[in-house]
Amino acid sequence: MISARSADQVFVALDHWIVGHVPAPFQTLASIVIAVAMIIVVFAALFALTTVFERKGLGRMQNRYGPNRVGPWGTFQPLADAVKSLTKEDVVPHRADHVVHYLAPLVLVGVVFLSYAVLPVGRNMIAVDLDTGVLYFFAVGAATELAVFMAGWSSHNKYSLLGAMRAIAQMISYEIPLILSSVAVIMIAGTLSTVKIVEEQARYTAGIAHWNVITPWGLAGFILFMIAATAETNRSPFDLPEGESEIIAGYFIEYSGFKFALFFLAEYIEMFAVSGLAITLFLGGWSSPVSFLAWIPSWLWFFGKLLAMIFGFIWVRGTMPRLRMDQLMNFAWKFMLPMTLIVILSAGIWRFLSPAVVGPRPLGGVIRWLVCALVIFAPYILLARKLERGHSMEKRTYRFAE
Amino acid sequence: MLGEGIIQGLVETARNFFGSYVEKDRLTTVQYPEERLPLPEASRVFPFLLYDGKDPDAGLRCVACQICEKECPPRCIHIEKSKDKKPDFVGKMQVYPAVFDIDVSVCMSCQICVEVCPFDAIRMDKVFELSTDNRFRKLLYTKKELSKPNEYYQKIHPLEAAETDERRAKEAEEAKAKAAAAEAAAKAKAAAAAATPPVGEASGNGAAAPAKLAETKGSPQ
Amino acid sequence: MGMTVSFLILAILTLAGGVAAMTLRRLVHCALALAVSFAGLAALYVNLGAEFAGLAQLLVYVGAIAILIVFAILLTHSSETELQKVFSPAGIAGALLALAVFAVLAWAVVSSGAAHSAASVAAPQTSMREIGFALMQRYVLPLEVIALMLTAAMIGAVILAVRPTSGSEPAETQAPRNPELRA
Repeated sequence: MISARSADQVFVALDHWIVGHVPAPFQTLASIVIAVAMIIVVFAALFALTTVFERKGLGRMQNRYGPNRVGPWGTFQPLADAVKSLTKEDVVPHRADHVVHYLAPLVLVGVVFLSYAVLPVGRNMIAVDLDTGVLYFFAVGAATELAVFMAGWSSHNKYSLLGAMRAIAQMISYEIPLILSSVAVIMIAGTLSTVKIVEEQARYTAGIAHWNVITPWGLAGFILFMIAATAETNRSPFDLPEGESEIIAGYFIEYSGFKFALFFLAEYIEMFAVSGLAITLFLGGWSSPVSFLAWIPSWLWFFGKLLAMIFGFIWVRGTMPRLRMDQLMNFAWKFMLPMTLIVILSAGIWRFLSPAVVGPRPLGGVIRWLVCALVIFAPYILLARKLERGHSMEKRTYRFAE
Repeated sequence: MLGEGIIQGLVETARNFFGSYVEKDRLTTVQYPEERLPLPEASRVFPFLLYDGKDPDAGLRCVACQICEKECPPRCIHIEKSKDKKPDFVGKMQVYPAVFDIDVSVCMSCQICVEVCPFDAIRMDKVFELSTDNRFRKLLYTKKELSKPNEYYQKIHPLEAAETDERRAKEAEEAKAKAAAAEAAAKAKAAAAAATPPVGEASGNGAAAPAKLAETKGSPQ
Repeated sequence: MGMTVSFLILAILTLAGGVAAMTLRRLVHCALALAVSFAGLAALYVNLGAEFAGLAQLLVYVGAIAILIVFAILLTHSSETELQKVFSPAGIAGALLALAVFAVLAWAVVSSGAAHSAASVAAPQTSMREIGFALMQRYVLPLEVIALMLTAAMIGAVILAVRPTSGSEPAETQAPRNPELRA
């Protein structure tokens, strides 16, 4: 038990040990520097890993090998990519707004990394335990839109401007369902602190954790949150801002070399951050799903879940084609927004139907579950019917193509 | 129901993902430098010159008629005629190319030189890994680099080579018979100029050869 | 004494952003500088212990207002302002207005009790929970009124944006389905 506990806290202990060796006036500074450095190093390394996993995974989904030339099974591919992007010429358009053009990727990466401050990656492993953690996450995330605009506008290119406008329209539209679907969790947990939300879910009844995702509103909220997160991070099928077939590469069309790599990095880092928030809100953060597996270190649980989420993103990317702009907007406002509001309603009913109202555990719990599920499912069916009306899928025939 | 198609699609890609680790048939990619697919008979890259026998200088079929040089659309062939003559495969004295250069950086692999050659002297090669670090000297192929024996041709284009060899053997025999007949006639009649060489006939055959091949094997791309 | 290093940095950043927003020539640059100023202000709030106010400032001003301004600039034609004299009538009017606003704010600050009760008073510990209770109990009526007003504004915006269609059919389905017909 002691060894499991120390494995769980090994990084915390290491941090304390290093900080203990720093002269007293600089101890706060040292702990800040260590936390920041760890976040940057770990998630940048995860980015490198993800790029090769994504390419290999997508390849396998299309019955290809994916990169397999650099190093064993292509595992050194990120290194080769890094060398390539570092040695490439940094082309800046002559008529670009040079200062803004230069600042845009830096602002984007900086802002995106800021959001990691409130993600608990393990027990006691969080940079800043803010009372307003979730709000902080969304507030910082709001600044990415400005960075995207800076990139798109300063390039002095119509495609990049179109891409930026698309990106901002999309981000603003999907930020609403993203925040609203997390409101349900905040309502139930009664706090905005990410640490407390995770602790709330790390309780066990009959050996099973109280993850939000096993409740009806949690499951629906999780799915809606992930859809909104996919759109928010401009990933396929919501990658219209960089639609190659229409606007070539969107807002980073005029970026090359290392600046482009920074955009690439920011995109992935944002994806990890939002996945981390989804894990924190719905999947119990660093907690294990069943109590007999609680001996596995908490940070392993978190990163295991994060890798699973990343695989989910890759899987979805390998499956779905890109949406059209009007489909994207219709989906956000006609489906996502009402559904998230219904999820909030369902969460309220869940809170109201406490065991005191519906009766003791086994039966009362089932009734509570079913009622809340019905509150979500019935509107879903009605909404789906309404949306599908007039959109019958008929087989098209093309006379000249046969 | 809304979302059903998405789940179907996800199942399909998941099946592909895991299936590609289990079933090798799914992965159709050829791992090129290690694995190679045999090239089709009709595949072609750049032209080369054929010679009979062992000696590239003595056996070179080219007679420097310069038809290919004139017909070449991108003008990548450069020929200089020799001053002297040497006997060809039927024993007739012919000019040979003193210089025969092909600039493969200009060549567009159209095969027109092959189709117009009346002497079956130029054919298309299948070697395609020709990258070099020098784009001037090393991409200009001289006569020495271009000359390849007939056995090589038989190896890379067996059907075409068999057809050409058969025709050439027949021509050689006919020429021999004609020469013998002409000799006999000359002996009998004693004089007049030599009989007309079978040039016209040969060229007719040469032009018809690719067409015949095309008929037998479908259109060579 | 009260000025810590972080306060100094943030104050300079905020002021520099404000000054740049006034003086830069390109409107988009002004808008971006304004966003910097907003962000600096948000950071100042957080520095003073008002986390919620700071983050709400960031979310609303940087995330929404700055984007709105930027879009407004983009969708209007010229992003270049004309050169004009500093002491033009508009400039003087602006300066007078700024002075008036400053005077009112200064009067409010000076006349309020906070200025006289010295800096030694500890900032009240406001947690998110307390703010939530205050909004949901004491100030629930203003909150609902604001919500109603915003909803009305949103519906108005939607009505303005909706294109009047002639028939009941949406335009999408009227397009020829069959590609042959178009040809």
